[in-house]
Amino acid sequence: MNDYQPVLLPGISDLHRIDVYEQHGGYARIRKALAMKPTEILDVVKASGLRGRGGAAFPTGLKWSFMPQEGEKPSYLCVNGDEAEPGSFKDRQIFEFNPHQMIEGILISGYALRIKTAYIYIRGEYESWTRMVEKAIAEAYARGYVGEKMKETFGTDYSVEIYVHRGAGAYICGEESSLMNSIEGHRPYPRVKPPFPAQIGLWGCPTTINNVETITNIPVIMEKGADWFKEIGAETHPGPLLYGISGHVNKPGVYELPTGMLLTELIHDVAGGIPGGKKIKMVIPGGSSMPPLRGDQLDGVHMDADSLKDIGSAIGTAGIIVMDEDTNLLRVLTRITHFYKVESCGQCTPCREGTGWMLKVFNRLLAGEGSSKDLDLLHSVANNIEGNTVCALGDAAAWPVKFTIERFRVELEKELVR
Amino acid sequence: MFTEEELQQVEEIKSHYPTNLSAVMGALHLYQDKYGYVSDEGISYVAKLLEIPEEHVLGVVSFYEMFHQHPTGKYKLQVCTNVSCMLCNSDMVLRSIKEKIGIGIGEMTEDGLFSVHEVECLGSCGTAPVISVNKLYHDKLTPEKINELIDTLKAQG
Repeated sequence: MNDYQPVLLPGISDLHRIDVYEQHGGYARIRKALAMKPTEILDVVKASGLRGRGGAAFPTGLKWSFMPQEGEKPSYLCVNGDEAEPGSFKDRQIFEFNPHQMIEGILISGYALRIKTAYIYIRGEYESWTRMVEKAIAEAYARGYVGEKMKETFGTDYSVEIYVHRGAGAYICGEESSLMNSIEGHRPYPRVKPPFPAQIGLWGCPTTINNVETITNIPVIMEKGADWFKEIGAETHPGPLLYGISGHVNKPGVYELPTGMLLTELIHDVAGGIPGGKKIKMVIPGGSSMPPLRGDQLDGVHMDADSLKDIGSAIGTAGIIVMDEDTNLLRVLTRITHFYKVESCGQCTPCREGTGWMLKVFNRLLAGEGSSKDLDLLHSVANNIEGNTVCALGDAAAWPVKFTIERFRVELEKELVR
Repeated sequence: MFTEEELQQVEEIKSHYPTNLSAVMGALHLYQDKYGYVSDEGISYVAKLLEIPEEHVLGVVSFYEMFHQHPTGKYKLQVCTNVSCMLCNSDMVLRSIKEKIGIGIGEMTEDGLFSVHEVECLGSCGTAPVISVNKLYHDKLTPEKINELIDTLKAQG
């Protein structure tokens, strides 16, 4: 796909400045949207086949269609920029290099969903990037593109307010119901679903939560149309995708390419291969929660939701972590488990206790005091977390452990002996 | 406590939400930016300011990693040791810091200038290994860069 032209991070210098963004067609897409009916926009988004870029790859149009038609209660949009999944560092690029396209995406989405207030949730550690986004929002307000003034600017009855909500270092806030509790000012425990946010969300009102990258795709779909969008990349999961490639590669970074790229092409061609020409031991395809793949099962694997599902993993955030043949998998698993133990909110017993017990066993194995039987114990603990918790953090903690043990048993046994 | 200007900032934050409760994180960030950590006094102050129960503010403060309930170094060296950084030798980062200022994870220098914190993925995996010093990221670290950074911070005092 050498001829692919990026549309989310198009590499135009100073695109984060509103003047430059306007020169490149910025804030013209919202005009186009406002000339349509909200339901027509929903139809376009549905027809585009856009699926969420935050991890679950849920069809965006379908998610939007769960929102009730105009009711008495206000509706809310939350843009999820919590980006805390290890191996994910893509939304940050949008904040830095193309924040206005995200803002325009919020305007269009807000109009389609009849939303008056939108919150951009940005993880606390991204303070520098929060300032960039706030600056862009202030510019957009000053030009009359956001808030009350947009009625005059665009000659419409519609207006939306956009605010940034800063997180404070909690992975769980990337889970949509936890994110809402965080905005409401509670301890951010995930909520039991149903009811889903489209029925009972922020302050009990209908709410949609979309990832930053998902929202940033909306202006492009508005401009170029659903047909153009669905022709890009994988048939069942189309569009541009920000791949974050890290770990043992020569050129780590975020690359915008169509969905459905060959994993091997991304690693060897796009990211420049493995330092020292080493072999690959393990690849996590979509952030640390996703089931890892063996280095010898990568041939022919495409990076889209359905292809990865077929071989027993998932697209997640398309944060690809590459590990070479010398990587100690026990250390990797211990570190990943440490993460989930720290980040477990503590609400559900299987996750709160299970992650702690798994970490204890891993630390024992790393100290050379464990045996092969402990791998079975870990597998059993992981199995007892999976599916038994309010939110997906339990599964996220269980999968790397469970699938690494299943897929790398021989390698792990060798590490135990060593 | 807050100046007139800071109180106005709190009012601005409150105006973003239908309830005062939602302003708790914003107010706590402001407080910690000013005082370095959120003391018990800070919890009471924020609670009074927003007219919400102290217990509620404590519940929020104690949940989030970024809110500190005890003093930290003036410069918080927050070292990411998660997978992508680990693969790119975050061990070296911790070792270099230890060699340079003699402290490890969870410790603070006697002069209160530096404290070292192990943090989870900072979202900078493409430029690993990375540390965040207070608000700013420093990436693609080498032992030399760490030495330089700490010297610069020491000179700033």
